[in-house]
Amino acid sequence: MSESLDVRGLSCPLPVMKTKAVMDRGAAVIEILGDTPAARENIARLAASRNYSVTEEEAPTGEWKLILTLRR
Amino acid sequence: MKNKNALIILTGATIGLFGALLVKLGNPGNMGYCIACFIRDISGAVGLHRAANVQYIRPEIIGLGLGAFVASLTAKEFRVREGSAPLIRFVLGAFMMIGALVFLGCPLRGILRLAGGDLNALVGLLGFVAGVAFGTQFLKWGFNLGRAYPSKFQAGGYVLPLILIGLLLLLLFKPVFNVQAGGPVFFSTAPPGSLHAPVLISLAAGLMGGALAQRTRLCLSGGFRDFFLVKDVYLLKGYGLIFLVALILNIIFGQFKPGFLNQPIAHTNFLWNFLGLFLVGLCAVLLGGCPLRQLILAGEGDGDAGMAVLGMVAGAALAHNFMLASSPAGPTLYGQVAVILGLIVAVVVGLVYREV
Repeated sequence: MSESLDVRGLSCPLPVMKTKAVMDRGAAVIEILGDTPAARENIARLAASRNYSVTEEEAPTGEWKLILTLRR
Repeated sequence: MKNKNALIILTGATIGLFGALLVKLGNPGNMGYCIACFIRDISGAVGLHRAANVQYIRPEIIGLGLGAFVASLTAKEFRVREGSAPLIRFVLGAFMMIGALVFLGCPLRGILRLAGGDLNALVGLLGFVAGVAFGTQFLKWGFNLGRAYPSKFQAGGYVLPLILIGLLLLLLFKPVFNVQAGGPVFFSTAPPGSLHAPVLISLAAGLMGGALAQRTRLCLSGGFRDFFLVKDVYLLKGYGLIFLVALILNIIFGQFKPGFLNQPIAHTNFLWNFLGLFLVGLCAVLLGGCPLRQLILAGEGDGDAGMAVLGMVAGAALAHNFMLASSPAGPTLYGQVAVILGLIVAVVVGLVYREV
């Protein structure tokens, strides 16, 4: 199951909590679009603790896009 | 990952070092850094409140904001954004300040008070953690102040740094416009406002702390959130080090006096120490960061965090004009009423601003 999330402009810690909620629903691939650097790092830490791998895709200036994939 | 660990260790050690050293060099007791107390002193120094013993333009605050500004520019993270319920953030910032002044310190000063042996701070910090946990419930129920959007104009991000530079000039030149009544700036002649380390050292402590806090996203509410939510201790490590380094230096400097009684700029009322920082923790979660983090975010171009900081300035002025701030004798009745009112307002905000 694949899901996408837009956490641009959200205050801490909503980006992490929304990501966590999607993980709890069992998503295997999560595409996340965001803009604050703190949210990117927090989500990467969450992914590591939940056994997701993180890859980064190209995004417009000032934004970032992360693809989290559940490790088998 | 190794570099990141080195960075948080450097940050904790630096803030812990200055946390103890600035006291040794003249700052008030257990007040190497205090976002709440120092913003309150600035608020008084520009005449927004008349509490004559807490008026000074604290260079630490100027440095923290400017340090974050420069660090974010250097790292290409300076981004001007705004539009997430600014007026609500102003109000929450004001109540966050009032809660801190009932406890007598922000969460960072709570850590530094504890490192000086002040056990009342432990009660306050327990309140802070409880407030964070309580606030997190609102997040789970869908609380959201809404998105901030990148500003079309970058100019807005330079307003706060310019205000800080203006404050620095007022501090350095101490202009007098009104010879009879004094002003536009007021400086305490009695403690704790009269107590301060040399300006340049305070400014440097602020600049370094601000730059490092920007790089590490240092935030005490964030530290507990990461711990509870994902069992991650990265940010808490920073605070642990602040505590440890300040503790060791306080012992060396003879500034460590364990106990509840006769602690510098502190009172011993358990309930209101707890509830004061409980309110700070609750507001911090709703705002997305503790007082320090709001100041750092404001420095890196976050206009909404800037509103929270201005709310803190206004809250400080109200806290002294309305006699809400505690004194070493304890909390005032007005302060207790204000904390209850703040809790009600924060809960209402927490319930009303909800995604369905």
